[in-house]
Amino acid sequence: MVERRPLLNVLSHGVLLVGVLVVAFPVYLTFVASTHTAQDIIQAPMPLLPGDQFLHNYAAALTGSEHGPGSAAPVGRMMWVSLVSALVIAIGKIAISLLSAFAIVYFRFPFKQLVFWMIFMTLMMPVEVRIFPTYQVISDLGMLNSYAGLTIPLIASATATFLFRQFFMTVPDELVEAARVDGAGPMRFFKDVLVPLSATSIAALFVIQFIYGWNQYLWPLLVTTNEDMYPVVIGIKRMISGGEAAQQWNLVMATAMLAMLPPALIVIFMQRWFIKGLVDTEK
Amino acid sequence: MAAEKRVVFRSAWLPWVLIGPQAAVILVFFFWPAVETVLQSMQRQDAFGTSTEWVGFANFAQLFADPSYLASFKTTAIFSVLVAVVGIVLSLLLAVFADRVIRAAVVYKTLLIWPYAVAPAVAGVLWLFMFAPSVGVVSYALRQAGIEWNALLDSGQAMALIVMAAVWNQISYNFLFFLAGLQSIPKSLIEAAAIDGAGPWRRFWTIVFPLLSPTGFFLLVINIIYAFFGTFGIIDAATEGGPGKETAVLVYKLYYDGFKALDLGGSAAQSVVLMAIVMTLTFIQFRFIENKVNY
Amino acid sequence: MKLKSLVSCSLVALAAFSAPAHAQVEIQWWHAMGGALGEWVNDLAKGFNESQKQYKVTPTFKGSYPETLTAGIAAFRAGNQPDILQVFEVGTATMMASKGAIVPVGKVMKDSGLKFDPAAYVPAVAGYYTAPNGQMLSMPFNSSTTIFYYNKDAFKAAGLDPNKPPVTWAEVALAAAKLKAAGQKCPFTTSWISWTQLESFSAWHNVEFATKGNGMNGSDARLAFNTPLHVRHIQDLENMAKQGLFVYKGRENKADVTFPSGECAMITASAGLLGAIKKNAKFDFGVAPLPYYQDVAGAPQNTVIGGASLWVMAGKPADHYKGVASFFNYLSSPEVQSASHKRTGYLPITTAAFKLTEQSGYYKENPGADVAVNQMIRKTTDKSRGIRLGNFLQIRTIIDEELEQVWAGKKSSKDALDEAVKRGNEQLERFQAANKS
Repeated sequence: MVERRPLLNVLSHGVLLVGVLVVAFPVYLTFVASTHTAQDIIQAPMPLLPGDQFLHNYAAALTGSEHGPGSAAPVGRMMWVSLVSALVIAIGKIAISLLSAFAIVYFRFPFKQLVFWMIFMTLMMPVEVRIFPTYQVISDLGMLNSYAGLTIPLIASATATFLFRQFFMTVPDELVEAARVDGAGPMRFFKDVLVPLSATSIAALFVIQFIYGWNQYLWPLLVTTNEDMYPVVIGIKRMISGGEAAQQWNLVMATAMLAMLPPALIVIFMQRWFIKGLVDTEK
Repeated sequence: MAAEKRVVFRSAWLPWVLIGPQAAVILVFFFWPAVETVLQSMQRQDAFGTSTEWVGFANFAQLFADPSYLASFKTTAIFSVLVAVVGIVLSLLLAVFADRVIRAAVVYKTLLIWPYAVAPAVAGVLWLFMFAPSVGVVSYALRQAGIEWNALLDSGQAMALIVMAAVWNQISYNFLFFLAGLQSIPKSLIEAAAIDGAGPWRRFWTIVFPLLSPTGFFLLVINIIYAFFGTFGIIDAATEGGPGKETAVLVYKLYYDGFKALDLGGSAAQSVVLMAIVMTLTFIQFRFIENKVNY
Repeated sequence: MKLKSLVSCSLVALAAFSAPAHAQVEIQWWHAMGGALGEWVNDLAKGFNESQKQYKVTPTFKGSYPETLTAGIAAFRAGNQPDILQVFEVGTATMMASKGAIVPVGKVMKDSGLKFDPAAYVPAVAGYYTAPNGQMLSMPFNSSTTIFYYNKDAFKAAGLDPNKPPVTWAEVALAAAKLKAAGQKCPFTTSWISWTQLESFSAWHNVEFATKGNGMNGSDARLAFNTPLHVRHIQDLENMAKQGLFVYKGRENKADVTFPSGECAMITASAGLLGAIKKNAKFDFGVAPLPYYQDVAGAPQNTVIGGASLWVMAGKPADHYKGVASFFNYLSSPEVQSASHKRTGYLPITTAAFKLTEQSGYYKENPGADVAVNQMIRKTTDKSRGIRLGNFLQIRTIIDEELEQVWAGKKSSKDALDEAVKRGNEQLERFQAANKS
């Protein structure tokens, strides 16, 4: 810093360490709980050090072999559903937004302003304010309990389109002219020039959208009632709902650990793009 | 937003094909349900839809005369303010200190950003588990300290629980924005002030804070929108809107009335009201961002 | 050659005509039974499917009771409803009020021509799901009732006789006081408070919970649980709460876990909890009937059931209904009923099933398993047959909310009950308006 103030440095590290510990504590506890038996957890207070049931609990959770009173769906299957949904949402969103942004920026066509505002207005309609009718639409289309029902309604919101639009606006016109001169049509330009240029934005957006898709809650809650279509986040909530017996907290916590793993890994390993994606999408 | 490129492509049909997928999904899954919502908000029907009756604004009148709906407004307001203020203050604190320790900042950054990856619903479950009246580790510790913790009965404690879970979930987001904001403050300004004899405390309040206020304001709006909509998972997992309806924020009440109570007209009316609120908030957000953005 | 082709043509035609007669009719059954109960459902379907070739019942778990109901409603609106839908007891009025959404079970059984005797069903169980004119509307499936469990070891430690459970509410209070004096932090608690302390309480004392026979006789019924008797009971609980003898442990069945874990020494809860208690409790426990006030004439009458029943959705092909009737007959047979009762703790729905279980010596080997049945095998009165109220889920939530104010010391029992009745009546008015016949 500007001057040397060792005391302030110590304070800084102190506060930061406390912050990190407080932030990590809930997850540490979850991990510990996932390595004990259910009986141990019920006898409050729970032990604060990991136990020896790690393999047993995670195997039971993944295969759905033990049940509490709630849902007994195997977590392995749920992780798969989450993975497919998150990927479809992320990739689908990026794909159609790229195309739309391209059209909006690089073409003139009638009703362009109208189309633009139509897309803009979707920002004002988060799924929560239109759940029941959207649910009815999905039901009428027979899309309940399907990957299509889980993903398509979440694909078309405006944030990605705006991000790409913004980015495209900064692409120098010379590139377009050069492409034209080379005889390339719009789609060639799109494929060979625009998309490669957007690579970082695409990566950033992919990270954010994957997490968004993986962590979806309200929408899958309504749209999936068959156990083999639960994403893992829903599965956890359903495990603790209902039931007259004590919860299998150890299995619930093991499932929670598994549910947190893929997004956490993505955030940590793709940190750079993640941060860029966050900061850029909102600016 | 009306700016256009100088050089455009010409095609009569291509733009429509490109827009097609997004437009189709938007029409089917956004606009059609939105229209349905408005229509349903003016009807009264039985659960199975076998008899429908037009009642104009009766559902709205009933809504605003319902004390529990008005209470829900209050709950949502309290919840949003708490989440926004607590979240912003804590993350600002962490960001300021992280900014100081430049080299180690990268490590702290990694350690502080991963809660963003945790789904709100999972965050709700984790905090519920820590504070569960019978088995929770923290509630046990509180009992030892003489504090009776039971979020099932005490609405203040239930609110505290979901605020803690929500702030925890959002802390990475706020932290990153503040850190970015801090790192974009020109060092020359800080140095000049230091030369003038201002200590870190003075410098913070006279230089850093004012320069950070756009970021702060931006985060305020974002956190409020998050508290309104993004926290559904937390609330459903941790308190299910209880005790009573004490933690039933607007969006939760909407869900409950539509799906548990099967009151479609009332739920649709609530949706319309929420739509109006979102529009206002989004408008503010964009209006504000427009001032920040230049190409 | 012509003859041959003619013969083969006819054979093909014959085969085509007879094929449908051999094709299995698939009956879709949507239910809300998860975990071990889900396995029970699957085994029931399997048993039926293996016992005959014409029909195949396919059960699908659809989540919690509200989720299953919502799924059923949405499917009906979209035209792809299941044949059988399991709906919780509080949804009965909703199912009834929607004209054309369901077909009464009585009609389905009668039309099928299969033998069906409504009198064979336990009155207090089937009565809940029967119309005033005697027609059965839905098939009782998993019915439990409210009973009383107590921790025998804790009783011994407090100087109480472990083989003499409290019979009246006054005795409950006395026992609680002794337990507290012996160090019990939670002498008494309850699960499903509206069901145990108001609904079942009313039927047990042969008083109305709501007018018009608890709603059975008209949709203009209004709530009536703020009579002096009801206020007296909640007041008693309030006093117990003030002295730490009654500890409120949350809504719905959140309190259930506190009994097997040893935290609370006495609890009024569902008969269905027995299985979990047997499995998890590390102490000696006892089962007893629901306590009552002995100075009330007519008490104890019978308690009110909880759980769910099976509804038959309208709009399916005729041969499906035959299959449904056949399945219901299978479910009601004494052997199947008795086995289900022993396995799950739910009540047997026919008297024959009860007798069969009794003859097998089950109740001797499992003391306490007959408590629930004994509370129900009685002739019901107009006030105790069951409850049919619209928006019942909201009403129960209102009751939860108002009573929580009492336990927190913020409202008097009388005010809370009066307020609950007032708010609940608004719900009934709304339901009546939305479901005009």
